[in-house]
Amino acid sequence: MSSRKTLSLDGLTVSFDGFKALNDLSLKVEPGELLCIIGPNGAGKTTMMDVITGKTKPDSGTVRFGEDMDLLKLSEAEIVASGIGRKFQKPTVFEQLTVFENLELALAGTRSFLKTLLARISPLQRKRINEVLDMIGLSAQRDSPGRILAHGQKQWLEIGMLLMQNPELLLVDEPVAGMTPHEIERTSHLLRSLAGEHSVVVVEHDMAFVRSIAKRVVVLHEGHVIAEGDMDKVQKDRRVIEVYLGE
Amino acid sequence: MAAKQGLTIWNPTASGDRGGKIFLSILAVLAIAVPLLNQAVPASSALHLSPFGITLIGKYLCYGMLALAIDLIWGYCGILSLGHAAFFSLGGYAMGMYLMRQIGRRGVYGDPVLPDFMVFLNWKSLPWFWHGFDHFGFALLMVALAPGLLALVFGWFAFRSRVTGVYFSIITQALTYALMLSFFRNDMGFGGNNGFTDFKDILGFDLHSDTTHVVLLVVTVAALAASYLACRGIVESRAGRVMHAIRDAESRTRFLGYPVEAFKLWIFVFSAVIAGVAGALYVPQIGIINPSEFSPINSIEAVIWVAIGGRGTLYGAIAGAVVVNYAKTYLTGSFPEIWLYALGALFVIVPLFLPRGIIGLVSARGQHK
Repeated sequence: MSSRKTLSLDGLTVSFDGFKALNDLSLKVEPGELLCIIGPNGAGKTTMMDVITGKTKPDSGTVRFGEDMDLLKLSEAEIVASGIGRKFQKPTVFEQLTVFENLELALAGTRSFLKTLLARISPLQRKRINEVLDMIGLSAQRDSPGRILAHGQKQWLEIGMLLMQNPELLLVDEPVAGMTPHEIERTSHLLRSLAGEHSVVVVEHDMAFVRSIAKRVVVLHEGHVIAEGDMDKVQKDRRVIEVYLGE
Repeated sequence: MAAKQGLTIWNPTASGDRGGKIFLSILAVLAIAVPLLNQAVPASSALHLSPFGITLIGKYLCYGMLALAIDLIWGYCGILSLGHAAFFSLGGYAMGMYLMRQIGRRGVYGDPVLPDFMVFLNWKSLPWFWHGFDHFGFALLMVALAPGLLALVFGWFAFRSRVTGVYFSIITQALTYALMLSFFRNDMGFGGNNGFTDFKDILGFDLHSDTTHVVLLVVTVAALAASYLACRGIVESRAGRVMHAIRDAESRTRFLGYPVEAFKLWIFVFSAVIAGVAGALYVPQIGIINPSEFSPINSIEAVIWVAIGGRGTLYGAIAGAVVVNYAKTYLTGSFPEIWLYALGALFVIVPLFLPRGIIGLVSARGQHK
């Protein structure tokens, strides 16, 4: 399924004890777009993700997904169900379960105890799992337990687990932290292949990586967008150099 | 025989459960050999199995069932209950109440309704919670309901408040200790510190006859095989994989949308019911149940059986219960003073040198770490 919904953040403000983590933040993510968000520590990147996924409620502003969905009115679980998946910084796959079983548990659908007791994988679900295994490049490891995967493979598996829930929008937090150059290259390839089908928002520090994947880059500083555009344009922006690239 | 029926319902070979197959075969052999060796072999023969021998085997198997119940929640869901003997004892007491009502006029005081201890305490009528226990079916229902309901209420509060790990273990110890103190009191109506004993018959069959003991043992074998297959079915279902996931990364499982608390609760309740059934089978074979069964050390010992046998394999837990209790019978008989030292040494040595227990030692390719 391809992504059709636009994510729009408008005038978001979040303060913690007087400190404004987000300050009148407005941003749009177009359907199928791959957007990178960069900014120095404390710029509000994680807070922004928290607001989108319903973990933090803003003091003011709106978050809309598509024409008529007001995310601020939904719970965390409802937001996940509406098609927004988030990958956290630290990969947590189930160490004792195989790669295949990890993906099986992430399948969209039944979650109750009795139903999972009787659940069988349908041919369609098996096909979907195999597709995702292929996409994340772990087909050869399908029967290996999660604990023996390399760091990069765990990150991919985690992205695969997100994909099992068919999200329209993927929020990906620092996907290449701690990866080898080879792994970074494959991750870049994976994320680019996901864009189009899905909208993808990547928060990342690694500039070379951002340059390799992003068409559009947004720079946050003190909870506000200070620049956006392609990487070249952003890198030439005087304020960006001041607050971020020059540090 | 029941084990064989189980095999046709659910085929363990499909999932390569070799240890389980061996275990079920042993049970099938027991179900055939014990009646033969007791009934068909003359008492003069060296191969004759005495009633005492049957009772011992029955006891080991009941303990095996308790160990199975513990392994289901500890080995697969990471919930360490140090109070599982409480569920075992509740099942035992429910069965004991039925057996007490069966005594009828044959008690020392000859009262047609009241058990001896109530006459002794000068009670005039049967307390309300003793009604219905003269029916075997009702007693069986209570064997499952009493531990099941306690586990449901206790688990609901504990899991909903996100009590986990060592804190959970400690309050289960408190639970069984509190029950022990209550059951010691005469006015609880469960026979105080003497508990129940002097049983006469079950469903009209004399509890002192060899035949009854043989039948009870075969029933125990069948119940153990059935509980094993039920547990195996659970751990190999998708729900079993969710349990694994909960054990390894609870909050991640919650984030995937699984109701972690509900999973823990239902597995805990099911495990408590298995423990209760084990207790109910234990009491008519051993012939006594008293509050010391609730003592915290019993629950801890049962966890040790599981650790020694091999956690997270199901059949390993049962093997552990049988081996440790056989050693206990032997050592307390031949060297009574060293039993506790031996148990302590086992509990130090096994986790250090055999992290996967006896089963890990036997099979180089155990399923779980």
